[in-house]
Amino acid sequence: MSDPVPEELLDVTVTVNGVPRHARVPARRLLSDFLRHDLGLTGTHVGCEHGVCGACTVLADGAPVRACLMFAVTAQAHAITTVEGLGTIEAMGPVQQAFTECHGLQCGFCTPGFLTTVTAYLEDHPHPTADEAREAISGNLCRCTGYQNIVKSVLRAAELRAQAAADASSTAARAVPGDGGGS
Amino acid sequence: MKPAPFVHHAPRTVEEAVEVLGQVGHDGKVLAGGQSLIPILNMRLASPAHLVDINGVAGLDEVTVADAAVRVGALVRHSRLELDEAAHAASPLLRQVVRHVAHPVIRNRGTTVGSIAHADPAGEMPAVLALTGGVVEVSGPHGAREIACDDFFLGPLETSLAPDELAVAVRFPFLGAHTGTAFAERARRHGDYALAGVAAAVTVEDGLVTSARLSFVSVTDVPGVLDVTEAVRGREPDDVDWSACDDLLRGHLAPEDDIHATAEYRAMLATRLAHLTLAEAAQDSLTSSAGGSAA
Repeated sequence: MSDPVPEELLDVTVTVNGVPRHARVPARRLLSDFLRHDLGLTGTHVGCEHGVCGACTVLADGAPVRACLMFAVTAQAHAITTVEGLGTIEAMGPVQQAFTECHGLQCGFCTPGFLTTVTAYLEDHPHPTADEAREAISGNLCRCTGYQNIVKSVLRAAELRAQAAADASSTAARAVPGDGGGS
Repeated sequence: MKPAPFVHHAPRTVEEAVEVLGQVGHDGKVLAGGQSLIPILNMRLASPAHLVDINGVAGLDEVTVADAAVRVGALVRHSRLELDEAAHAASPLLRQVVRHVAHPVIRNRGTTVGSIAHADPAGEMPAVLALTGGVVEVSGPHGAREIACDDFFLGPLETSLAPDELAVAVRFPFLGAHTGTAFAERARRHGDYALAGVAAAVTVEDGLVTSARLSFVSVTDVPGVLDVTEAVRGREPDDVDWSACDDLLRGHLAPEDDIHATAEYRAMLATRLAHLTLAEAAQDSLTSSAGGSAA
């Protein structure tokens, strides 16, 4: 084994939820710890720290990745979205709303990883079957729910997204004729 | 756990990367996708003093189909290869196998070349490189060289890459119009390391089997090819007793006991999967030959 390397601090700036965030950190700082310790974004949870449990999953340029298997210094090349970027308590995103409605969580530890994973999955697969939903979450571990309600939540989130899209297009359709009066 | 301290290098070109690798020697490790390396660092099974992060190196993220091979650059993520239509049309085995590599989230980051350079006998892509007779393209201080997969894999997690060399791409050659392929693996949970996996390539010409080859996941020390042609040559694809290959399989397989399965079980599983994939590959050969002659 080689001699210990002196710890050098690097200026690292990562765009998180649309905002460039800076901290001076060592090269070995994992993105998961950068988010939690350096930026105070504790929504991202750390479970196994070797890529198995999925709790730390965040989106890098929209694609889900394990924050514990990426260094903050490498993450500078990507736009990162954490669970904090998916919605607020007042205005939840469709996946958050669905997990709330379907009781898709108990203790909540694994939930941020499910929310990010499912959000990205539904972008590419807007109408999954129950089997596909189960496959989509196969890389995330939950020790409370037995997954049944999580699968229901994925399907419900797909409904909510479709509904929101339909509402948006009908609003747009109504707006087009533009009678000029009104407001 | 957290990785031990290291010096982070971020070369922008292959030449810079090779230069840094030359300076740091055996204390250096290449970081691409990191989906195998970072767990090892987190668990402190390894603590290299220097990481040469090639994620910013230009020109390594291309999948190209040319010269009767699919060429995959060192920064091509598994998910990218999985979705590449041209690669799929040229060599359907690639998509079929890459879908078995871990979970989709890991495939978004992990690279195909990295998985081959990692040379884990439990990895799927080294087995594909072996079965297709692939080549690793390497850049070093003395220029570029190519390493055939037979010379590349030396042992579990051990390759013939020198410390100052960078694997810049791999090429998976096409297997030809008369050759069908198949892959199967079994794991306790989908996405876990396979208890055993088998890739098969069977060539059928004029209605008779003329070649049958296998490569394996998790049941041999080194990714390599077992040629079982002698056991089945000249048979009709629908009328082959694939268990004729069992003696050859017994001689080739070297599974180990671990917490997930006994060696005996893994050997039995690999043998059954060999029968299954050989039969599928023979059928695939008939289908792909039909398609080939129509074209």
